Amino acid sequence: MRRLLQLAALALVTVQGAACVTINIYFPAAAAEKAADRIIDEVWQLKPEAATGEKPK
Amino acid sequence: MRQQIRFLWALFLFLVWGSALAQGANLDIDTPAIAAIKAAQQARHVHLKPYYESGAIGLTRDGMIALRDASLVPLAQRATVSALVAEENRDRAALYREIARANGHPEWEADIRATFANRWIAKAPAGWYVQNAAGEWVRK
Repeated sequence: MRRLLQLAALALVTVQGAACVTINIYFPAAAAEKAADRIIDEVWQLKPEAATGEKPK
Repeated sequence: MRQQIRFLWALFLFLVWGSALAQGANLDIDTPAIAAIKAAQQARHVHLKPYYESGAIGLTRDGMIALRDASLVPLAQRATVSALVAEENRDRAALYREIARANGHPEWEADIRATFANRWIAKAPAGWYVQNAAGEWVRK
């Protein structure tokens, strides 16, 4: 039983490690979209116009 | 035994939390190089804006801009507008490259460009010309 628990803990850590690698390899589409929106708002100055008197971001 | 199960459960929760944190991570866009490109684009936008509005310049499907109808630009200004378009495209290419590089993944450049292409077009005001997926110009 103790052995089983140890194995389960080991499996958990291994899966997590693999997940981390996956996250690093695949393109973070949602984060990229957020970053693009922030830059576009600044370049086209969309935010200050929408909310006058407020500073951007 | 019960203690061990509790430990395992705590470990599991910790790992789930860590993975959620990693997935919610943002792309870093606050480097000096990116800020400089952004500032140049912002300053240039004032000059480009009337040509977006007249339809002389449009947003391409590959995240760039193009002089789509030179006849809408007075002859005397055509050279200036062409130069503005070329400069803007140079900055856009540098921006996509820099974001990919700043985040340690130069190979993401094409994905970043594609993301930007979609977002520029989505955020373009009504009346501006944008390219659809087939490369045809459409007025928003």
